[in-house]
Amino acid sequence: MFEDTSTTQLIFGRMSWESIPLHDPILLATFISVAIGGTAILALITRFKLWGTIWRDWITSIDHKKIGIMYIILGLVMLLRGFADALMMRAQQAIAFGDVAGYLPPHHYDQIFTAHGVIMIFFVAMPLVTGLMNYIVPLQIGARDVAFPFLNNFSFWMTTFGAGLTMVSLFVGEYATTGWLAYPPLSGILGSPGVGVDYYIWSLQIAGIGTLLSGVNLIVTIVKMRAPGMEMMKMPVFTWTALCTNVLIVAAFPVLTAVLAMLSMDRMPGTNFFTNDLGGNAMMYVNLIWIWGHPEVYILILPLFGVFSEVVSTFSGKRLFGYTSMVYATVVITILSYLVWLHHFFTMGSGASVNSFFGITTMIISIPTGAKIFNWLFTMYRGRIRFELPMMWTIAFMITFVIGGMTGVLLAVPPADFVLHNSLFLIAHFHNVIIGGVVFGFFAALNYWYPKAFGYKLDEFWGKLSFWCWVIGFYVAFMPLYVLGLMGVTRRMSQFQDPSLQIWFVIAAIGAVLILFGIIFLIVQLYVSFRRRHALRDVTGDPWNGRTLEWSTSSPPPVYNFAFTPRVHDNDTWADMKKQGYQRPRSGFTAIHMPKNTGAGFIIALLSTVVGFALIWHMWPLAILAFVATMAAIIIHTFNYERDYYIPAEEVIRTENARTAMLEQHV
Amino acid sequence: MVPLFIRCGLIFLSFALLAGCNTVVLNPAGDIAAQQGNLIVVSTALMLLIIVPVIVLTIFFAWKYRQSNTAAKYDPDWDHSTKLELVIWGAPLLIIIVLGLITWITTHTLDPYRPLSRIDAERPLPADHKPLVIEVVALDWKWLFIYPEQGIATVNELATPVDTPIQFKITASTYMNSFYIPALAGQIYAMAGMETKLHAVLNKPGTYEGFSANFSGDGFSHMRFKYHGLSSSDFETWVNDVKTQRDALDRPSYVALEKPSAREPVRRYGSVDPTLYHAILNRCVDEHATCMDKMMKHDHHRASGNNSVEHDAMKHNDMEHHEHHEHHE
Amino acid sequence: MSEINATSDGVMSADPSARYYVNEHHPENGTLLGFWLYLMSDCLIFACLFATYAVLGHSYAGGPTGVELFDLPLVAVNTALLLLSSITYGFAMLEMQRKGLRNTLIWLGITGLLGAGFIGIELYEFSHLIHQGAGPQRSGFLTAFFALVATHGLHVTFGIIWLVTLMFQLRKHGLTPENNRRLMCLSMFWHFLDVVWIGVFTFVYLMGVLT
Repeated sequence: MFEDTSTTQLIFGRMSWESIPLHDPILLATFISVAIGGTAILALITRFKLWGTIWRDWITSIDHKKIGIMYIILGLVMLLRGFADALMMRAQQAIAFGDVAGYLPPHHYDQIFTAHGVIMIFFVAMPLVTGLMNYIVPLQIGARDVAFPFLNNFSFWMTTFGAGLTMVSLFVGEYATTGWLAYPPLSGILGSPGVGVDYYIWSLQIAGIGTLLSGVNLIVTIVKMRAPGMEMMKMPVFTWTALCTNVLIVAAFPVLTAVLAMLSMDRMPGTNFFTNDLGGNAMMYVNLIWIWGHPEVYILILPLFGVFSEVVSTFSGKRLFGYTSMVYATVVITILSYLVWLHHFFTMGSGASVNSFFGITTMIISIPTGAKIFNWLFTMYRGRIRFELPMMWTIAFMITFVIGGMTGVLLAVPPADFVLHNSLFLIAHFHNVIIGGVVFGFFAALNYWYPKAFGYKLDEFWGKLSFWCWVIGFYVAFMPLYVLGLMGVTRRMSQFQDPSLQIWFVIAAIGAVLILFGIIFLIVQLYVSFRRRHALRDVTGDPWNGRTLEWSTSSPPPVYNFAFTPRVHDNDTWADMKKQGYQRPRSGFTAIHMPKNTGAGFIIALLSTVVGFALIWHMWPLAILAFVATMAAIIIHTFNYERDYYIPAEEVIRTENARTAMLEQHV
Repeated sequence: MVPLFIRCGLIFLSFALLAGCNTVVLNPAGDIAAQQGNLIVVSTALMLLIIVPVIVLTIFFAWKYRQSNTAAKYDPDWDHSTKLELVIWGAPLLIIIVLGLITWITTHTLDPYRPLSRIDAERPLPADHKPLVIEVVALDWKWLFIYPEQGIATVNELATPVDTPIQFKITASTYMNSFYIPALAGQIYAMAGMETKLHAVLNKPGTYEGFSANFSGDGFSHMRFKYHGLSSSDFETWVNDVKTQRDALDRPSYVALEKPSAREPVRRYGSVDPTLYHAILNRCVDEHATCMDKMMKHDHHRASGNNSVEHDAMKHNDMEHHEHHEHHE
Repeated sequence: MSEINATSDGVMSADPSARYYVNEHHPENGTLLGFWLYLMSDCLIFACLFATYAVLGHSYAGGPTGVELFDLPLVAVNTALLLLSSITYGFAMLEMQRKGLRNTLIWLGITGLLGAGFIGIELYEFSHLIHQGAGPQRSGFLTAFFALVATHGLHVTFGIIWLVTLMFQLRKHGLTPENNRRLMCLSMFWHFLDVVWIGVFTFVYLMGVLT
């Protein structure tokens, strides 16, 4: 225990030896495993002398393909953490009845469900979706990178360090115990005086800046960098959904930034935005956070709608039905997602007219969404459907998501919501649409585009095992929750009194274990595919008989994507090109203008995180110092005018010739 | 395909099991909750009109147009049909119009602020009926119920007579909670410094569960109470029983009660300070604090530059709160 | 720039594949669009702060009101400084278009000084308010007031830091296309802050003292 000297206080703020949770066996075990695992990884990297490669080719890379892959790695790693939280919750809820207190005291359980929500939304779903858009959009529009490559790298590191800051809360201090949206007054300084909510705020502020800049980046990319001839209505549907998603990001994330800043003001200097006394208003927080929160869930799902369009069309061997209609449906969903936020708090007492308005607008969104489902159906109609993994995931999505959508429209009827709000029915609903939509969609995308990114397909056997475990596991885990909701059980409970509920929780826990196997088999699939990569090699770059431009490149694409920028004449550009007997050019290559790698993004993001950490612990001198350093790093970076270089023509020729050789061998 | 059967089977299994367990939301004892439960069933049925065909078509098309079925027609460039689009957009639109109408109507008739017009489907209520008023305070982490007419109060125990309209006036001491008795009516948030209202009526005697439906901290899981639906005479007996208790709920005992604690046993107070609820709502239990309604009235006058007009404090308070509600959306 | 190989002149060739690619392609520069999008997101942050001010603006909690606190003459001086600084920035942009580096720098310098004056007066106003016990912790109204006005002030401060940095970069590299783009971005930023200030001045100060 430090003496309360002023110097110690200045340096360490409110941190002390007690901040390290040595008394908690679960955390201790976690820390030891992470320490051992982490050390092992670091040792291996050192042993194989990979530090140089990692710094030069990955950490400092501004290549959208590398950044996309890193986002997805981040998402999958954080999935393990978020899912561990889920398993712990299911286990606790399956046993804590009557006198059995379970193994998690309420204060710990409360942190777990808060962290589970925050991690799954911000550090799993967002990175996975951002990673997909980053990797695929420039390739689909015939561009060589995104509009602002340095900013792309910076955005990635801000997101990663935000996740890192959340992980640090496991080992130093504690996390928020407020639920993933941290409503005040519980999240105010009186309700949560500790560091937990501050970890929450600063992780999200840091990650949020990254996401916002990424949004600007991709909009400009799509608006300005499309290949000649690619008018808006000739873009692939995935690019359309990416555009709408990024518009939502730019139009929603600033609200999150503002409201979290207000919450941190209430906590630190003690202002009165959301306090009970002195004129604050907690309802203001609820409104603002959901004005961000509702568009956020559309940010998560829209790109996956785009994935489904690509997959259904490709694996049915058919043009997408109703392209124009799909585009309009996406735009309508984007706009409407701003007009529904109040449906998250019908029970706050806004009155019947206000509640009805928001209920009805919520229902209206189901119309364009339904149109999309029908359009996919009619793409399958009179197609020749190949049930490779991407298509399997898509069928599972179509059946699962519509059930979730139905329960969503049900909850949109305010009087129905009055009896189901915050119940396990609600939990079942949103997991239904997020797992059925975002997760299943991501796995479809993973199996679909993995060969493009890595040059070999994913193993089918383990992929199918993972698929069945996930799908069956999802239903076994979440259908009981619908029942429990109808039995009047509310969410975020760590202990129950009614023994008749237990069987449902046990079934749900079994479902969670099935999903665990789904995840394990996914990891096995990745590993086995790597081992079998020669047998699974994608030689042509077009393993699925694809229809869009990314399939015209090699697998993986060269760093410059296209030796010559494509010229577009029709939708489904690559399908069109193949139909017209397109032959790829083998000569005439010239030097290509590309952006340079840089470490500035990593450094600025790291310094920002130090600022966040210092603010959490009230280490004011460190915070000021780190802030000044961040500003300095930014300014120094702006003095760097040498940000690009040319890939020499010889290198382009060599790369393209190697591809020509491989294609000829294959034939 | 085996796995699809598993999937469908699981869903049907859930419905089958539903019959055998206490799905109180669909089988409640209160009229408002019953109407809400009906609404769930009706809305689900409406939507199944679209959902079931979609699921069936998905499975059917997936099977019929599989690659190995070369007998099926293959039309790779067919990608548009105006007629089909009209159906695709029109059918859901029609369902939503119906659902929208139902929503508008029921949201108004089942508005928690709206006084009841009936005891149940067969028995209407006279317009000038007087409901039983109960004041509810969500504390950390227990529920305080004050019966202003009867002059009694209880902690973690609620009782009302059957077939009698009840008006709950709800607030909280600190954190946002949600007052919910599934068997009786829908929930409504309990927020400090603000008052929400819930109108309900119980049609069947019995003992029911009540709890908070909005997470409010470490003691949340045990923030539950028993709700006793009693016949009129049993209710009288209960009230008289409570009146005989020696404990009085005055400001000092409230301040002691307000301190955070979980798993509170049932407590009964034979007498209540009649100004206490108003003080709790306006955050001036401490005699030195200015009551919020007075402060807001003062602020309002200063905002409009008007210093001389007298208003009725409570009415003005209500107006202010309602204006606040409207302005936030 | 790079050599164009004569055999890959796609337009005239009989090769059907040639219509599917171009030899040289320079995508349009997206910096101004990107900055404008960022600025609109910033605008949304201000919109949230204005909304918060609208909700909490009369929650005096028994404390001082706008009528009692706002020093309109001082705010008028402040406003004049900021509006003037927008005009001087405009002059700087005109000089940039005339390729007059020296004059551009002079007008930028004046803009920066006017901005610094604005911040100085605002800091004085804040310290005066806090001394009177009317700091951001006093009431919902004051919280919202300080949040809105101080956020605007912070933006102006960052703008000044950016402006000084840019002046150094102009001295170093001159009026290159890259620097011109940066000047245009800062121009958008500066004028945007001006517009936000007009909103603040109107809805907070003017309406705050009207009865």
